[in-house]
Amino acid sequence: MSSTTQELVQPGLGRGLADVARSRFLLKLLVRKELKVRYRGSVLGLLWSYVKPGVQFIVFYIALGVFLGLEKSPRNPDGLNNYAVYLFSGIILINFFTEALGNAARSIVHNGNLIKKIYLPRELFPIASVWVSAVHFFPQIVVLVIACIFTGWHPGLFELLAAIAGFTIVALLAAGLGLLFGAANVYYRDSENIVDMLLMIATWASPVLYAWTMVQRQLGDVAFAVYQANPITVGVELFHYAFWFPTTNGSSPMPPDLFSLWLPVGLVISFLVLVLGQITFRRLEGRFAQEL
Amino acid sequence: MANAIEVSGISKQFVLRHTRSIKETVVWLAKGRRGDLSKKFHALKDVSLDVEAGETVALLGLNGSGKSTLLKHISGVMLPDSGTVRTRGRVAGLIEVGAGFHHDLSGRDNVYLNGAILGMTEQEVNDRFDAIVEFAEIGEFIDTEVRFYSSGMYLRLAFSVAVHTDPEVFLIDEILAVGDEPFQRKCIGKIQELAERGKTLVVVSHDLDLVSRICARGVLLEQGNVLFDGPISEAVSRLRS
Repeated sequence: MSSTTQELVQPGLGRGLADVARSRFLLKLLVRKELKVRYRGSVLGLLWSYVKPGVQFIVFYIALGVFLGLEKSPRNPDGLNNYAVYLFSGIILINFFTEALGNAARSIVHNGNLIKKIYLPRELFPIASVWVSAVHFFPQIVVLVIACIFTGWHPGLFELLAAIAGFTIVALLAAGLGLLFGAANVYYRDSENIVDMLLMIATWASPVLYAWTMVQRQLGDVAFAVYQANPITVGVELFHYAFWFPTTNGSSPMPPDLFSLWLPVGLVISFLVLVLGQITFRRLEGRFAQEL
Repeated sequence: MANAIEVSGISKQFVLRHTRSIKETVVWLAKGRRGDLSKKFHALKDVSLDVEAGETVALLGLNGSGKSTLLKHISGVMLPDSGTVRTRGRVAGLIEVGAGFHHDLSGRDNVYLNGAILGMTEQEVNDRFDAIVEFAEIGEFIDTEVRFYSSGMYLRLAFSVAVHTDPEVFLIDEILAVGDEPFQRKCIGKIQELAERGKTLVVVSHDLDLVSRICARGVLLEQGNVLFDGPISEAVSRLRS
């Protein structure tokens, strides 16, 4: 009989994220469930993931690009070339981060009923949230690519790699912080508010709406290095490099050492946050069932 | 026979925290109301229990005696403060049927989702899908959203998924009281069939007549302590006395 050949094991002790890789089937179903439930009964369906960022983009474009003069025009020669593309390429990445982290932070409490009753690798829930956000991100990147092609984009292999690197950095960061706050949220339900604040800061603490040169002008070298060390900043700048920079005449400078220094720094920091998130999650998850 | 479940000396203390808000925690700490933050009580005190493969065990006791907590430790949902729990083979819990069900998904989606939650692989769900639907007597409603199911249909489908996970150890918490008479009989029949096939069963129920029929061994718990561990008839009569 097979049961006698198996070892005795301690239930409830998972291997963390390694278990998520092992439960790909369940992860797939959780992601599918989330997508189905979200768009159930909505006529526009997945279109909603175009409408919201679309409106947001128009608002920012008019307010910042036109009124505050960030867009380059004959009357405003100091502005940014193709500000619309600049803005959109950053905004979709930030939106991905915002949605991923926001949902991941709530995922454990939302699935409390299940977590209280059945043992399964609980890391699945934050990871599934990030995954769902990536699915929403995809149509937006298609729109971006179309816009870039119309503004004279010639994608190269290097640009493509930069975009992948930027996305990876932000996704790792969202997963790490999602694990951290997802677990913290079980113990203190108002840590959601901290997440909301973080997300608001995230939009403004990276060069999504403005140019990095403005930051460098105001901050000293040290403070600017701190600014650059933010993985989201690196991710956004990599997206600018991949999508926006090739559509300009190349006169707008890219941040110095973006590839030699800040890309690895961003990756390492995001990875460390993921490790920290995983460690915290595992320390706290033993008592999820009784705290939920 | 080898042990399917080894519970050795586990204790569990629950901390009842009276606030879930950082703000209130800080305010209470500042006001010197630290004692108000939490209260502790023992749900399990040095409980040991060995279950051999193929045994059918009922956990008995009044409300709050620690039966469900013990079951949650065996399933791995909870971890003990001290002591160890070890199990052999796949453990599936019918700990509240349908916990993994989502109302907005169809029966079919829920079968897949719940099967995966209970540890089945894609291949296993595919292979057993027809058997699951047939046992649940859902028929054509399998592609209807679960929200439109009657509570009986819902329960039948959830139970059906769980019994088809084919675990070595089966944990059942207070689920047999639901469903109509014929289906209840069918469930009990299925559970008895599992027991005959050498599966290990651990059942929590207040229905003493029912557990007497299914289980051979009874473990009586009171306030987190094991009072009695022996033949079911004796355990039941002790609880009734």
